Amino acid sequence: MSELNKVMVEKYRNDFLKEVEANVEEGNWVKMCMQCGVCSGSCPFGPYWEHPPQELFMMIRAGKREEVLASESMWMCTSCYNCIVRCPRELPITHIMHGLANYAHRLGIAPKMNPTRRFAKLFWENIIKGGRVNELKLSIGLYFMDGFSNGVKKGLEMLPVGLGMFKTGRLNPFGLLSGGKCKGAGDIHKMLKKAKEIENRRKGFAP
Amino acid sequence: MADIKIGAYVCKGCGLGERLNTAQLITVAQREGKAQVVREHEFLCSGAGVSMIRQDIEKEGVNHVVIAACSRRAKTEAFGFDNVAISRANLREGVIWVQPDTEEAKEVTQEMAADYVRMGCAEVTKMQAPQTNPSHGNNKRILIVGGGISGMTSAIEAAKAGYEVLLVEKTGALGGWVAKLHKRIPSHEPYADPMETGVPGLGRQIEADKRIKVYLNSTVSRTSGAPGQFSVDISKESGGTSTENIGSIIMASGFELYDVNKLPELGGGKSPDVVDQAGLEKLARAANGAPIKRPSDGKEIKSVVFVQCAGQRDPSGKHLAYCSGHCCNTSIKQAMYFKDSNPNVDTMVIYTDLRTPGNGEDFYRSAQRKGVTFIKGTVSEVVPGAELQVKFKDLILNDDAVAKADLVVLATGMVANSGVDIDAAEGAPNIQGQGAGSEAKTVSILNLTYRQGKDLPLLKHGFNDSHFICFPYETRRTGIYSCGPVRRPMDAQQAIEDATGAALKAIQAAENAALGRAAHPRSGDLSFPTFRREGCTQCKRCTVECPFGAIDEDEQRYPQFNESRCRRCGTCMGACPVRVISFENYSVDTVGYQLKSVDMPDQFSEKPRILVLACENDAYPALDMAAMNKIQYSAFARVIPVRCLGSVNTIWINDALTSGYDGVVLMGCQKGENYQCHFVKGSEIAQTRMSKIDDTLKGMSLEVERVRTCEVAITDIQRAPKIINEMAETIQKIGLSPMKF
Amino acid sequence: MAKKEYSFYPGCSSERKASASNYMVSVESMCKTLDIKLNEIPDWNCCGASIGYAEGGELPRHAMNARNIALSEKHNPGQDIVATCAACWLGAKETHERLSASEQMLADTREALKEAGLDMDYKGEVEIRHMVEVLIEDFGYDQLAKPVVKPLEGVKIAGYVGCQTNRPFGVVGESFENPKYLDKLTEIMGAEPVEKYDQKVTCCGGALAFSEPEKSQAQIKKIIESAYDFGAEMIVTPCPVCQMNVEVYQGQINKKYGTKFHIPVTYYSQLMTVAYGGSAKEAGLDGNIVRATKLEEIAAKPVKR
Repeated sequence: MSELNKVMVEKYRNDFLKEVEANVEEGNWVKMCMQCGVCSGSCPFGPYWEHPPQELFMMIRAGKREEVLASESMWMCTSCYNCIVRCPRELPITHIMHGLANYAHRLGIAPKMNPTRRFAKLFWENIIKGGRVNELKLSIGLYFMDGFSNGVKKGLEMLPVGLGMFKTGRLNPFGLLSGGKCKGAGDIHKMLKKAKEIENRRKGFAP
Repeated sequence: MADIKIGAYVCKGCGLGERLNTAQLITVAQREGKAQVVREHEFLCSGAGVSMIRQDIEKEGVNHVVIAACSRRAKTEAFGFDNVAISRANLREGVIWVQPDTEEAKEVTQEMAADYVRMGCAEVTKMQAPQTNPSHGNNKRILIVGGGISGMTSAIEAAKAGYEVLLVEKTGALGGWVAKLHKRIPSHEPYADPMETGVPGLGRQIEADKRIKVYLNSTVSRTSGAPGQFSVDISKESGGTSTENIGSIIMASGFELYDVNKLPELGGGKSPDVVDQAGLEKLARAANGAPIKRPSDGKEIKSVVFVQCAGQRDPSGKHLAYCSGHCCNTSIKQAMYFKDSNPNVDTMVIYTDLRTPGNGEDFYRSAQRKGVTFIKGTVSEVVPGAELQVKFKDLILNDDAVAKADLVVLATGMVANSGVDIDAAEGAPNIQGQGAGSEAKTVSILNLTYRQGKDLPLLKHGFNDSHFICFPYETRRTGIYSCGPVRRPMDAQQAIEDATGAALKAIQAAENAALGRAAHPRSGDLSFPTFRREGCTQCKRCTVECPFGAIDEDEQRYPQFNESRCRRCGTCMGACPVRVISFENYSVDTVGYQLKSVDMPDQFSEKPRILVLACENDAYPALDMAAMNKIQYSAFARVIPVRCLGSVNTIWINDALTSGYDGVVLMGCQKGENYQCHFVKGSEIAQTRMSKIDDTLKGMSLEVERVRTCEVAITDIQRAPKIINEMAETIQKIGLSPMKF
Repeated sequence: MAKKEYSFYPGCSSERKASASNYMVSVESMCKTLDIKLNEIPDWNCCGASIGYAEGGELPRHAMNARNIALSEKHNPGQDIVATCAACWLGAKETHERLSASEQMLADTREALKEAGLDMDYKGEVEIRHMVEVLIEDFGYDQLAKPVVKPLEGVKIAGYVGCQTNRPFGVVGESFENPKYLDKLTEIMGAEPVEKYDQKVTCCGGALAFSEPEKSQAQIKKIIESAYDFGAEMIVTPCPVCQMNVEVYQGQINKKYGTKFHIPVTYYSQLMTVAYGGSAKEAGLDGNIVRATKLEEIAAKPVKR
């Protein structure tokens, strides 16, 4: 259990809903769910969720902290926003799912090997480096996520795709050296550091 | 009949002149219809057309008028002549709009029109201009039985409209259940918080109003008479009875909560900390905004669980089968009592389906915002103890769970205070679906002296039959209206609206009665039923079948018509086996002569005739609307509107078949639990009667397919013509009737 | 037609030699015809995309987008921000919406922006729009039809709208369940819209095409299959992620499901460039992995006057 997780467990004891309201993006909406299930039925990856959004909301209210935060479920969100536009109660469900995933990730409870969690981390690190996406580095990073040999295997599987992109001028073979860099990258680093600092302060994440 | 002078008027407007040979129709009216005055007009409903008719009435002495133009449902004001009998031959909606405008169709279209002219003349010959009911009363005082929020509202509304009101309440104070509430469900924007009950204010209004006379600790011990002339005994608990004359009555006797002791598995009666919703109101009133304390030990309540549908919506038949409608909103409100005084109190509502009628959805949202937890689940058990355990199944997570609580509130349902079930067989449990556990009620509310029983008839689950689909408040006892939870479960706000509506209906009834006119749905009708005493066999069918309990029996066991209680549906007329009951403008003869006046082609003509008897409330308008939409149907049909299918006397069917009709179609309203019959039972009774028609047909060696009875709604504008066409096809299949002479 | 000017947010995928570089080529050609001037936001950065949430959290993402908005308001004052990428548009618009709704969030974001010296430049008074909105709202279908010199006659096209240009904001006047603008655009370009196409708002998996390839490819299969079922010869889309996902995985899907998918996936701007008389190169058609041969043929034909 991470240090932060211990702090949060102590702070909110039996009230997981309060914890979610305080720490999760748009978490104060969770209590407004009326359990109609439209979100679950509207999700393109719905069948793959162990607990679809409707259930997650119920579990939060029932105080099932570990089950929710350790769940792979919210990592299934493709950000298609179908649930948001269909929710009769107008809950920002997509954002709540993002928020839950982010919170679980911050607390270190999120499933370590979840591919979306790992890709998301990779992606963020990629963009904050220079301020823009470096697609080549991103793809290479993705393929070698599971070690070198797996990476080669995946890379080979994806070779026709990469080759196609390269041939049509949509992938930069020299991207390892250049690309994806803002002039103000230094400013961006400072800005993001500050933003994180404020967020930690607001949510009580800071030590 | 020497004084009958028939004037027949054929309109040429709306395309009638182009489509029909009106000169021939005039000839028909004159020669066959025996009309002494006949006229055509280019535009009969115009000022000139109408004054032409009026002149004939005034100068020529025409007293029976046949208007051969549009449907009787159209131009009622233009053709509304006083003191004459009027018949309408429907040439527009009944003929030209439902027949194709083609050369081939010309002949049958003309035949159809000619028949309707014959029928109009035949009908009017047998009609009299209706005279007012001579035995009407003119009392306009309104009696309200029940002094809860419904009764109080009705009293105030009726008094505000200028009527004298008598308000009878069996307890020592007005206010009923609502007076016992801490607060009530909000009735206005933003529907976010419980609001004051408003009962003290209503009490002051009643006290200040000289037109309202309040009887406390009193019940109604006898009700006799009819609208405009009820005589009511009001008995005081302490003894003593006063007799009052009344114009119309509102029954607002409310409800009782389903007995919580019948739910021991949910802790009912097992723990003082398991209460029903009324119990919680009592605790909240005692706390009056301060933290609510629990009954067992006076401990401040920190957690409360609300169990919805406790003993309600029970499919097993053990408890109430129905939803009481208000309880979800009530639990939401009660959870707010806790949250509003201390947001840290855990409030959990366990429901299977949260039902929040009206603007309850906003109220529900407000509770969610306040932190009330809503769990979709079913509670199996409440274990009593210092800390109550609520065992439930979470229906979303499919999980068995336990919630701990200091207090449990059971949302039990409403049981109507509707008096005795007059239709219950003796010894049988009186109320269907109310659960074996409920005792039959033995105390009457109204103590009617009607031969049909002491109280208002019930629909189901013990609630008054109040035609809740189309005509709320209307009951099956004319001039007596029911409102509030005695007619269906509802909350205070709905009861207030209900009570306002019922007050207006009661006023209307008293006013109509004073003029000797019918109440809804033939509001304003001046005709009334009479019977030929010497022909009556005292079979009592009329008294039994009258849906409104209008007919009693006199000392010699003859039917005694209470005209003011009559709705003029004619069910008695349809019931009478010896055909002695009639109205001045509607009788066995007015319809019988019509159907017999039709020109019947012979067996070899390939022109069948189909008699359609269509209810004037739904089926006939549906056919009119079909015509407006130019939906065609068989030119062989001859449609006669009837007041209600209940008024159809089987002699008409006999007459039709023996006169050579090839098929008969009866169109009435939906019957049964969700009935749409404007006379409640008429359609049902007719269909029971018609179930025996097969024997008649067989006796005549005719195919049973020749007579069809069906339910037609006013919206069936496609289906109604289809039914007629189906009969035409059937006849084509089985051949023409051999009974043509 | 008066010249229209916008502050332009091209986004990472539109960069040279990036996955949607051909989209950019066609947008430039289309704008030339329509006399639109796009003023690129100097030194814009990534929007964080929808997948950025997991590591980035809330405020850092808003800071990223706010920086772009601040730069735009500083350098291109008074101009609406226009994005061609669905995710860029959504990310910027979301931040703008959130900062307008929450003073706390605005103050925190400004505090972060201060590190980049831009705190005073964020005003949040600017509109953030997708290129499609500009076309429909500022030009309108009638205006857009005027420059058509080579109607795309006989080409049957399925309009795949996808998710993020459609939800949660969408284009004004369109429904979330059945937006019609791509069909209308297709039609005025002279092609034949496959209006019955029933997967027009189905999710392609988005960023999860990388992390959950099988699940995403099952989605993509549905999207392509329906296009074939209703007789489409080509798919058109307004979103770079949609374009890439639906185009590049066709080979893998064929391998897995035994299908024979080979359907071009183009951008609306490519259709428009060709219809406006542009060459295949100007339309960026050389950037399509599955070649849009029908469009290339039309582009190669001389303009009939």
